Amino acid sequence: MPDLGLEVLLKGKNMMRLIGGLGIALKISLISVVVSIPLGILLGALMTWKNPITKAILRLYLEFIRIMPQMVLLFLVYFGSTRAFGWDLSGETASIIVFILWGTAEMSDLVRGALSSIPKHQYESSEALGLSKVQTYLYIIIPQTLRRLIPLSINLITRMIKTTSLILMIGVVEVLKVAQQIIEANRMASPNAAFGIYLAVFLLYFLACWPISMLAKYLEKRWK
Amino acid sequence: MKKSIVFAATLALSTLFATSAFAADGFRTLDEIKEDGTINIGVFSDKNPFGYVDENGDYQGYDVYFANRLGEDLGVDINFVSTEAANRIEYLQTGKVDVILANFTVTPERAEEVDFALPYMNVALGVISPDSNVIDSLDNWNPDDQMIVISGTTAETYLTQNYPDIPLQKYDSYATAKNALENGNGVAWANDNTEVIAFAKQNEGYTVGIPSLGSADTIAPAVTKGNDTLLDWINEEIQTLGEENFFHADYEATLLDTYGADYEDELVVEGGVTSADAEADSEAESETVADETEAESETAAETEAVAETESETAA
Repeated sequence: MPDLGLEVLLKGKNMMRLIGGLGIALKISLISVVVSIPLGILLGALMTWKNPITKAILRLYLEFIRIMPQMVLLFLVYFGSTRAFGWDLSGETASIIVFILWGTAEMSDLVRGALSSIPKHQYESSEALGLSKVQTYLYIIIPQTLRRLIPLSINLITRMIKTTSLILMIGVVEVLKVAQQIIEANRMASPNAAFGIYLAVFLLYFLACWPISMLAKYLEKRWK
Repeated sequence: MKKSIVFAATLALSTLFATSAFAADGFRTLDEIKEDGTINIGVFSDKNPFGYVDENGDYQGYDVYFANRLGEDLGVDINFVSTEAANRIEYLQTGKVDVILANFTVTPERAEEVDFALPYMNVALGVISPDSNVIDSLDNWNPDDQMIVISGTTAETYLTQNYPDIPLQKYDSYATAKNALENGNGVAWANDNTEVIAFAKQNEGYTVGIPSLGSADTIAPAVTKGNDTLLDWINEEIQTLGEENFFHADYEATLLDTYGADYEDELVVEGGVTSADAEADSEAESETVADETEAESETAAETEAVAETESETAA
């Protein structure tokens, strides 16, 4: 077996540090997910309104967040808020704000897409059956939309977990930064450690994202 | 490339923010830091042996050794902040750290953005070659011989500008350049002197024939522009520490394993006095002025290259 420098993982608290780093990445992404999914659903529903003013505002918000690279958003919120308003946000708070803004925007567009993909005859048939507007949404539209949303939102959630690798740029030491620290600290003693450490990081990300995919699979099957 | 676009956009946007808002003096004075009881120091967390984190999660290295002493003499706790090459200035300008001790090379461009204290280390270029054919001068270069460099580094820029006749063999990464030297594809390899010295120390059969080439730059602590109380205190501290040869002790504790004892005086700046300063003192005054102007213009030309190298290292 080639030398992967795996012994470095077992040195001191290295393994715990990596897992702790993953913990920070998961904490930030999961808080953001929990907040941005309901917010996104709300905004997505608003987007289907015919009101031109709400439509324009939401469109602007969505496009701004979508066009801006996440790194720029992070710098804007972390450093920009200090420059402009004198707020001293911590790196973690700034990351959570950015991830909520981003997750909400993406989620709202997914919801908008899912809602408008429900054929018009579903609404009409429901009306013909004598269901009220609330009943139509509750029993006909929302269940179908949810089913369409599951694969899309799982994709978004795993993307949010993986994008936490950017927050090292605003001083948050998450799993990838810990990995770089370990590799560099052992540059002389174990030059091959990069392979082993990145392999461990890969496994950690996989372990974090895989259960989410499995949950989605289970839900999709159950709601068939 | 993509990264640099992102940074450009960020910079433009944060400037927009900065100008649209009233200016708050974004730093803490010496008294405010003392009162708070904690100083925020920005260091590298992945640049062994200058600033890195050991297997127990503790910050270590040449910069960190100095940072610990600063905290001790100031009587405050230290909060280490992990910085990247590309965000060091931003951290100071927003006052999110009080001091940067992250292998920060002094350049005229940066000096407009932040205030540098007295230097505590030298950096220059170095040239390494096999023991069988040690290159100790770049004059009278044999045009058939090739010099190995890594693309985008200070070494490449310096040689292209100052020794256009030396044929360069360019490699994209450290690993490929290393292989090229070992296979004898070129007669010598030019890189940051800390890098080549470390290489010679680890690999038998190679000698650093030219340990210090090009404009001598220095590494210094930096504080937010205008934070004079803190700057003055650090300057006094560096001068006082010079009396006990603190930075030599620092070198012996943190850099000796990597660079060996031979280069201690080459790399360490004690008491904030560089060897260039010492030479200048002994020379006539008119000459000193001429020297300085020359040195400055040289440094300016190289700054861009230095910045490039560093952002690459960070990536």
